[in-house]
Amino acid sequence: MSENYAPKSAVGRWFNDRLPLLNLIYGHLLPYPTPKNLNYWWTFGGILTFCLVTQIITGLVLAMHYVADADLAFASVEHIMRDVNYGWLLRYIHANGASLFFMAVYIHMARSLFYGSYKEPRELIWIIGVFIFLLMIATAFMGYVLPWGQMSFWGATVITNLFSAIPLVGESVTNWLWGGYAVGSPLLTRFFTLHYLMPFLIFALVILHVWALHVPGNNNPEGINVVQGSQDTVPFHPHYVVKDMFALVVFLVVFAGFVFFVPNLLGHTDNYIEANPMQTPEHIVPEWYFLPFYAILRSVPDKLGGVILMVSAIAILAFLPWLDTSKVRSAKYRPLYRQFVWLFFANVILLGYLGAQTADGLFLIIGRIATAYYFAHFIIILPLLGYIEKTKPLPKSLSEPVLSPEERQMKAAASGASA
Amino acid sequence: MSEKQVTRRNFLYVTTGAFAAAGAASLAWPFVDQMNPDASVKALASTEIDLRPIIPGQSITVVWRGKPVFIRRRTQAEIDEAKKVNLADLPHPEEDSDRAQNPEWLVMVGICTHLGCVPLGQKGDYNGWFCPCHGSHYDTSGRIRKGPAPTNLEIPDYVFLNETTIKIG
Repeated sequence: MSENYAPKSAVGRWFNDRLPLLNLIYGHLLPYPTPKNLNYWWTFGGILTFCLVTQIITGLVLAMHYVADADLAFASVEHIMRDVNYGWLLRYIHANGASLFFMAVYIHMARSLFYGSYKEPRELIWIIGVFIFLLMIATAFMGYVLPWGQMSFWGATVITNLFSAIPLVGESVTNWLWGGYAVGSPLLTRFFTLHYLMPFLIFALVILHVWALHVPGNNNPEGINVVQGSQDTVPFHPHYVVKDMFALVVFLVVFAGFVFFVPNLLGHTDNYIEANPMQTPEHIVPEWYFLPFYAILRSVPDKLGGVILMVSAIAILAFLPWLDTSKVRSAKYRPLYRQFVWLFFANVILLGYLGAQTADGLFLIIGRIATAYYFAHFIIILPLLGYIEKTKPLPKSLSEPVLSPEERQMKAAASGASA
Repeated sequence: MSEKQVTRRNFLYVTTGAFAAAGAASLAWPFVDQMNPDASVKALASTEIDLRPIIPGQSITVVWRGKPVFIRRRTQAEIDEAKKVNLADLPHPEEDSDRAQNPEWLVMVGICTHLGCVPLGQKGDYNGWFCPCHGSHYDTSGRIRKGPAPTNLEIPDYVFLNETTIKIG
């Protein structure tokens, strides 16, 4: 495919002969063979790329007006909102963009879980994805600290204090992170620096993610192997370029709805109060996209134990390709897994709900059960299902499940004749 | 070549590598250490407080190293309550006399030992402090009694300069 590509213009050819960059881009974006049955859940990769670029561009211009100093940060954000031309728009896009980025990434991950996209031979794509997710968490958390409101400050305090749970060196590590004895200016400045750096690291990992994806090619809703270039594939352009574009436009409608109509819906009002190190807000909650993990943290009555469990909740994802022992990828052909995966999704949403509640009484008990179930899904249910589940027969091609019985017979006869 | 011989070249490889590794490690240290508390932060390490305006049953919060420090002039009832506690009931056993140099004055860092929130005074199940973040209850001596915090509220280093002045740090 890409080897046969020759730019039409003389300048293009001159350039391409010296650096085959156009070849590379052409091969990955235009004729790249893609399974012909990808549904709309597969459009979130493109949407996520859009989100990342949007965050980088809006972040770049916000950084031109923001001041990373504990005395000035809060005022500089208000300055962006009131004085800077279109500052309100840029900040609202950036803040809501982060939420929509997470919405998209959770759907993207759920798609992978449902259709078994993390399985052999796509383990590394999934693992790179887990690292992207980790970097996204770090970036979003640090970004939330920058406006230096009450939630920024106390969120930073609670999360950096997690490191104090490390035995022996915990206190030195937290003082090192803070550059002092409490959260303050030094921490804010270094968080700003890292918040600026990390999106570029994510971008680099995204390139590896796509590169690794283009080796075996996309998984598909049937979860079967397709031969690249066979009748089961279509070129990425125009088929999926157009489909991705359409999905992106729908996504943008939602995005614009948040930015223009309810820009503060997903934020917390306390963050419009300037950080006060002497007073903790009544009820500290992280941003919505961290709530399930926050619920796991709080469900453990022990500080170190809670931290370990929360970190494990994310780290365990990296081992998923080996914890799931079933050879069949798509939940469509796994009658039991299909139910358990929905139960898992429901459980994560339940954890998210619990993360926003006060951790006592009934909420705490349900939180503990939900936390136990989260881990049980990975270390008990998934390994066992591979052995006890009777999977449905897989189709031989992507066409087979959508053909009528007559068409199927004709096809079988034709292939029998040719063989 | 079946028997490995240590040549002059092997020796040079190993020593060069060792020197390069030691050099890289020592050069990495400034990049790590720059993040530690700097001289201007350390310079603010002590604070003096006049205790005269505080009446029994009143608390003040002062700032020391950017952290809140609670200074409470305890009532006799609170002191008695703190003293009669059975140490075996405590997750982090400490005598009240080890926590307050002068039983009337309780000086402690006002930061929950769980995840760093500022507990609210004279609240909770033990009449001491209560952390609203994750529900830790402290008693009238600032000792953890219930909830996720692992240890008692920290007592900073402080000295009574005279009857009515203390220096923290």
